[in-house]
Amino acid sequence: MMTPEAAWAEAMRFENRANPFPFFDELRRTPVARVHDDLYVVTGYRELRTLLHDPRLSADASRSPLMAKTTPAAPDDLAVGYAPKQSFIASDPPEHDRMRRQVMRHFAPPHSPGLIPGTEPDIQQLCNDLLDTVRAKGDNRFDVVDEYAYPVPVSVICKIMGVPVEDEPRFHTWIFGVLAGIDLSPDAATEEGRARAATGRAAGAAFRQYLRELIDGYAQEPGPGLISSLLHDDGPDGPMSAEEVVPNAQLMFVAGHDSTVNTIAHCVLTTLRNPGSLDLLRSRPELIPRAIEETLRLQSAVQFFPTRSAAADIEVGGTVIPAGAAVILLYGAANRDPVRFPNPNQFNPEREDNQHVGWGGGIHSCVGGPLARLEVNLAFENFIRRVENPRLVQDPPPYRRSPMFRGPQHLWVEFDGIAV
Amino acid sequence: MTTASLVSDLVTSFKATARIVIVGASLAGLRAAEALRDEGFTGSLTLIGDEVHEPYDRPPLSKQVLKGWVPAENTKLPRMRAIDADWRLGVAATGLDRANREVLLANGEKVPYDRLLIATGVRSRQWFNPDEAKLGGLFTLRTCDDAAKLQEALQARPSRALIVGAGFIGSEMASVCRDLGLEVTVAERSTAPLVGALGGVIGDIAAKMQRDAGVDLRTNVSVEALEGDAGGHVRRARLSDGTTLDVDVVVASLGSIRNIEWLDGAQLAAGFWGVACDAGCRAFDINGVVTDTIFVAGDIARAPHVLYEYQFLSIEHVDAAVLGAQTAAHNMVNLETNRRPHLPLPQFWSAQFGVNIKGVGVCSFADEIVFTQGSPEDLRFVAAYGRKGRIVAAVSFNHGKWLDYYAAMIERSAPFPPPPPGYDLPTNAEPMPARFRDLREPTGLPDVVLTGHDPTSRGAEFRPKRPKSEGANS
Repeated sequence: MMTPEAAWAEAMRFENRANPFPFFDELRRTPVARVHDDLYVVTGYRELRTLLHDPRLSADASRSPLMAKTTPAAPDDLAVGYAPKQSFIASDPPEHDRMRRQVMRHFAPPHSPGLIPGTEPDIQQLCNDLLDTVRAKGDNRFDVVDEYAYPVPVSVICKIMGVPVEDEPRFHTWIFGVLAGIDLSPDAATEEGRARAATGRAAGAAFRQYLRELIDGYAQEPGPGLISSLLHDDGPDGPMSAEEVVPNAQLMFVAGHDSTVNTIAHCVLTTLRNPGSLDLLRSRPELIPRAIEETLRLQSAVQFFPTRSAAADIEVGGTVIPAGAAVILLYGAANRDPVRFPNPNQFNPEREDNQHVGWGGGIHSCVGGPLARLEVNLAFENFIRRVENPRLVQDPPPYRRSPMFRGPQHLWVEFDGIAV
Repeated sequence: MTTASLVSDLVTSFKATARIVIVGASLAGLRAAEALRDEGFTGSLTLIGDEVHEPYDRPPLSKQVLKGWVPAENTKLPRMRAIDADWRLGVAATGLDRANREVLLANGEKVPYDRLLIATGVRSRQWFNPDEAKLGGLFTLRTCDDAAKLQEALQARPSRALIVGAGFIGSEMASVCRDLGLEVTVAERSTAPLVGALGGVIGDIAAKMQRDAGVDLRTNVSVEALEGDAGGHVRRARLSDGTTLDVDVVVASLGSIRNIEWLDGAQLAAGFWGVACDAGCRAFDINGVVTDTIFVAGDIARAPHVLYEYQFLSIEHVDAAVLGAQTAAHNMVNLETNRRPHLPLPQFWSAQFGVNIKGVGVCSFADEIVFTQGSPEDLRFVAAYGRKGRIVAAVSFNHGKWLDYYAAMIERSAPFPPPPPGYDLPTNAEPMPARFRDLREPTGLPDVVLTGHDPTSRGAEFRPKRPKSEGANS
C-alpha cells in the first residue's frame, strides 16, 4: 500500500500517463486524501459530486496555492502591457457567471440555438475528406490523432471563434507547449522539467500576444465569430473587455481543441482495445453515443482542472480540507469509483445509469459539451463506418505529457481498406 | 417446505395472478403501472382515468403550451416501457366497495382488485359563484383541454386578461401573457405572489418581477364578482377594494381540490388534504389503521415525513409523484420484509418572467430565511429556509446549479443559517423572518367523531359539515 503522497506523485508522472488508474485506485482508499499540507485530492465519486456544488470551494486561480507554485506570473505577460485576467473556468461568481453568460449568448441556446447544429455539415464533410485523403495515400495504416482526430475540432473552433485557420501551426505549438509545461509530478523539479515550464510560459505569452493582436483587430473592425461578438456585445451584460476576452478565448480555444481530439482518439483506442466492441457498434450504431459517454467515463478527456481551493474548512468524506488548501477534483478517478460504477474498469457501451463526471458538473460544467458531443459522434461514426478491419499497431500508444488534458500523442491504426 | 420458500412462492404466484387496479391515469398512475411491470408483475392491470386523453405532462401547460409553442395535444408523457394494461379512459371511478374489493365506475361497471392504487390527483378549484362560473371567457388551468381553450383565447388577443390568484401557475400564466404582449392584471388576496409557497420575503421579489414586466399586480385584494355582456361573455370584474376592471379573459387560479369524492363511504382517511397513507404508500382507514390492499400516490397522497417532524405532507411535485408511484408499485407486490419507504426530498421548479425558479425542501415549514448566494436585486440568488435552527428548504432564482449543496444539508438537518460561501455573498446575509401566513387558519375540514363505548367497537365517523348558521345555534 502506498501513501497518498506517493500515489499522487506516481499518478502525475509522465511514465504512467497511459495507465494512471492503479494509482488512482490507491488514492481512492481515502476518497478525499491529503497529499501535501496544502493539496487535497478527491477521487471518490460521491465526495467529488458533493464538492462540485459546494460554494465554499473556489475555482479562482488567484486563490490557489497550487497555481501560485506551478504558474508564477509570467514576466512576459507584464511585458505585453496588460494585467492578466482569469477565464471563467478559473473564476468564481459573480464574475464567472457574467462571463459565462456573455459567452453563452453567442454559442448556445436560447440566444444562439443554431450555432452548434449548424456546424454539422462542415464536420461531416471534413471527416469524409480526411478519410478520403488516407485512402488516396494507399497505405494500410494511419495516425488517427494527426490525420483524423486533430483537424476536425481545430477547424470547427477556428470558425466559431473567428481565428484564421491558416495560423494553426503557430497556435498548435503554443498550446502544446503550454500544456506540456504544467507538471504536477516530482519531475517538475528536474532540469528538463524546469525547461519545459519555461517553454510553456513563453508559449503561453506568445499565444496571448497573438490573441491580443487578433482581438485588437476585431475591436477596431468587427468580423465573424465569437471573439468579435464578445467585444461588440449589446446584451444585458454589455461587451466583454479585451483584457477578459484574451483568457476566455484562450480557454475556449484550448478546450475546444485538445479535449475533443483526445476523446476522438480515446474512442477509437478503447473500442479497438476491447474485442467485439467494434462489431457491436457496427451492428447497432444507435449505441455510439453511449459508447462515447462510456469512453469519457473511462478516459476523461479532462482529468482535473488545477485552480480549485477551499475558501473555508470543508468536511467531506471523513476529511476536513483546511481553508486555503488546493483541491484537485480528479474526474478520471471518480469515474472509476467502484462504489458508484460496477466493474468500473470495464468498457461497456450498454452501461446503465452512466452519470459520469467527464463533463465536470455544477456551475463549471463543460460549456463546449454539446459541440464536443457532435464532433466526436460524427468523427467516431465515420471512422466506424468507413475504416475496414482497423487494428491497433501499438497498445498503449505514446501519450502527451499533460496530466490534465490526457490523450494519445499518436494512435497508429492498421486497416484493410477505407470504404467509399 | 421451509417458511422462506413458502413466502417466496406466495410472492411469485401473487405477481403472476393478482389483479391490480390503478385509479387515475396521469403521471403517478402511468409510472406506477410501468414500475409494476418492472417488478415482474404479470397479472391483470387496469388503469382508470376520467379524462379521455392518454397520460400527459402538466408542467408545460402553463408555459410552452399557453405561449403557443407546443400544441396542447403534443404533451403526451413518454412511455418507459410497454405495460400491457386494460385502459379505461374517459370513465370516472365513482365509488369504492372495500368489502367486495371493487371499484365502481360511472358506467355502472365494477372492477375487482386485489391491490388498488389511488392516484386521482387534484382538480382546479372552480369559480365560487355558480352563475358567474357559466360566463364565457372564464377559464381554469389544470388539464390539457383547459390549456388548449385558454391558449386559443389568448391567441385572440384579449384587451385585458385577469388572473385571479398569484401562486406558481397564476404567475406563470401572467408571464406568458406579458410574453405575448397582452395586458394582464393579477389579483392576489395575500400580500404578494408566491407567498403561500415561498413566504413574504421572496414574495416581495416576485411582486417586483411582475411589476417590472408590466403586470398590473393588485395585492391584498379579492375578486368579488364578474359581470358578463348580453352574450354571456365576461366583460367586467369587481374587486374588493371597490375598483372595477374591463376584462375579456379571466383565469381562476385558485388552487386545487383533491379528487376524493369517489371515496365517500369507503371509510378511508380521506379528506380536504388528500388521502392519508404511511411512508410506504399504504392508505390509512378512517380510524388511522393502515390498510394492506390500498395504496396512494401522486398529488392526492399525504404521508408523514421524517424530515418535517413526521407531519403529514402532500407533495404536489412531479418527482414526488414518480417516486411515490414506484414505491407504491414495489410495495404492492412485496411482503413486509421487502418494503421500501417513500421519503422524497421535495423538489420543484417554475419558469416565469425569464427567471428559472427552483426549490428543494418544504419552504413553508420554515420560520426564517437567509440569502446565501448571489444578488436578489439582479434576480440571481439562493436563499435558505430555517426552522428552529435547522435548514428545511432552499429556493434559487437563476441559480439552480447550487441546489444539490442545499439538498444535502436539508437531508442532514444541518444547522441554519448555513456557513457562508467563499464568494458572491449577498449584501444582506442576515437571517430574517420568512413571513409565511399562519397555517392555523381554519380550513373546511369535515368533522370526525369517535363513536362506540366498548373498546372493541370504538371507531371514527365522518359527519357532514354543518352550515354555519346551524353550527352557530347549537
